[in-house]
Amino acid sequence: MMTFTIAGRELKHLFLSPLAWCVLAVIQFIVAWMFLIQVDNFLKFAPSLAGMANAPGVTDAVAAPLFSTASVILLMVVPIMSMRLISEERRSGTLSLLMSAPVSMTEIILGKYLGLLIFLLVMLGLITLMPLSLMVGTHLDYGKLFSGVLGLGLLLGAFAAAGLFMSTLTKQPVVAAISSFGLLLLLWVISWAGNGDDRFSPTFHYLSLLDHYGSLLRGTFNTADVIYYLLFIITFLVFSIRQLDAYRLQH
Amino acid sequence: MRLYGVGIRFGGCHEQNGTIALFTRFSHMIYAMSNNDLLVKVENLYRYYDDHCAVQDLSFELRKGEILGFLGPNGAGKSTTMQMLSGNLAPSAGRILIGSVDLLDEPKRAKRATGYLPEQPPLYPDFTVNEYLDYCARLHRVPHSKVPAARALAKERCGLKEVGHRLIGNLSKGYQQRVGIAQAIIHSPAVVILDEPTIGLDPIQIREIRALITELGKEHGVILSTHILPEVQTICSRVQIIHKGRLVFNDTLTGLTQRMQSTSLVLACRLAPEVKFLHALPDVKSVETLDEHRLRITFTTHANLAEAVAAEAVKRGWGLLELTPERKSLEQIFVDLTAADEAVPEEQAA
Repeated sequence: MMTFTIAGRELKHLFLSPLAWCVLAVIQFIVAWMFLIQVDNFLKFAPSLAGMANAPGVTDAVAAPLFSTASVILLMVVPIMSMRLISEERRSGTLSLLMSAPVSMTEIILGKYLGLLIFLLVMLGLITLMPLSLMVGTHLDYGKLFSGVLGLGLLLGAFAAAGLFMSTLTKQPVVAAISSFGLLLLLWVISWAGNGDDRFSPTFHYLSLLDHYGSLLRGTFNTADVIYYLLFIITFLVFSIRQLDAYRLQH
Repeated sequence: MRLYGVGIRFGGCHEQNGTIALFTRFSHMIYAMSNNDLLVKVENLYRYYDDHCAVQDLSFELRKGEILGFLGPNGAGKSTTMQMLSGNLAPSAGRILIGSVDLLDEPKRAKRATGYLPEQPPLYPDFTVNEYLDYCARLHRVPHSKVPAARALAKERCGLKEVGHRLIGNLSKGYQQRVGIAQAIIHSPAVVILDEPTIGLDPIQIREIRALITELGKEHGVILSTHILPEVQTICSRVQIIHKGRLVFNDTLTGLTQRMQSTSLVLACRLAPEVKFLHALPDVKSVETLDEHRLRITFTTHANLAEAVAAEAVKRGWGLLELTPERKSLEQIFVDLTAADEAVPEEQAA
């Protein structure tokens, strides 16, 4: 119950500041640009594709690359959105409002997380509208599209959870942003290390945010991938709760 | 009704006297049973920051209708204590009961009965006063249907009626402080904890806030911290002085006033007074020359000897211009209290 109250304030705070609007506008513009390029490319190659057996459809050729690009842009944007969640409240002393209210640490963290997640889902919705608009002229593979949207949604959830945790670690929002960007980028590229016959290679691939996303984009719905993201989110949320609780102990 | 001198015990950080602790706890229990108005009970509270002991062995109580003033110089441990009482900081050892609920065991239940204004009011500058107060009311679990009424009452009590639709960030410091207080009382908690509520305000605002606190003290129990002595004298019903993390004084306001009574007079005369005559007066401990016309006379007792000095001055024809009993400053009381504290052996103090 309190989770929703806190989430509501978080959303209100986001939309009262120009930051949320600015981020939405910029993302929308860049993703739309990429979308138009993809559509243009597809139209160019459509005649030659028509002759091929098992040729990629419009969903593969437009939606998948679009989501792929969007994920890279959001990797940079989500840390900026998540950096203020806890660190700013700590810095301005408003955290004590939450700490002295009859609200548990879990409710605070879940509320903060939910607020950011709703914002990110709005952004996801706006991005999804672009490939959906192709419905007007052609037939879409809804299964693949859904799998891609789910993948990007889970990815955003994971970004937000990691960003929230980094925000509980420091009073400086910028430090939180940079460290969560670093963490996410590391988890993004970690699989590059496991290219050889190294016996750690599967581990690196399993840890990588990118690999699990890739299979969802290809339309392969694997429970292991979904569970990976859910575990990732839960882990960082639990870390955040512990960290916030520890804040009362030390200072 | 005061059965025993409220559980203050002096002792070093690492010292615990088992028997006395047991006895104190027992008498606490009897007392709690005989008095339902007990709002806060703090027992043997300790707080360390690394090796530094910020609060040591602090025990006190708060009853309904009391305004308890926490007095101490900067860095004495006032804010730390307030933070612990409000659940913002976990004590290193000790127990805090709000009503009959243990703050550490059941924080959610205990926090329903407290309202807290930290040193820096926890305000969101991009919210309007109304939005902010609604949010605070919801956070403190005021039911949806009762939020507007709670907000209206808090605004009326804190004089915020006209600024409801203004952004908090655009309000003056005084109004922001009031919003901070409104936030602490919006759910009408049994205990209101205010950390330096008048800091940074102009004299008129200070007077208004003090009037508000006095008003609050009628229905709630109020704990406030300050380093301004007159503030305590105007509004508090009980005073606790904290020094280097220890409670060095705990008494009613009358007790404090007695402590503040001077044992010295400043005498100013047109002609230079002759010191030897003053020394001849009874109970005079020392006479100190401040300048050509002014002297400080210190007495051995607390009795006011201004009359005798005046008579002497008139008799000798010094031309009496000024005779002022000196009031002790807070600093002097601290010095007295801490000096006395160190002189008393531990067993006796306990």
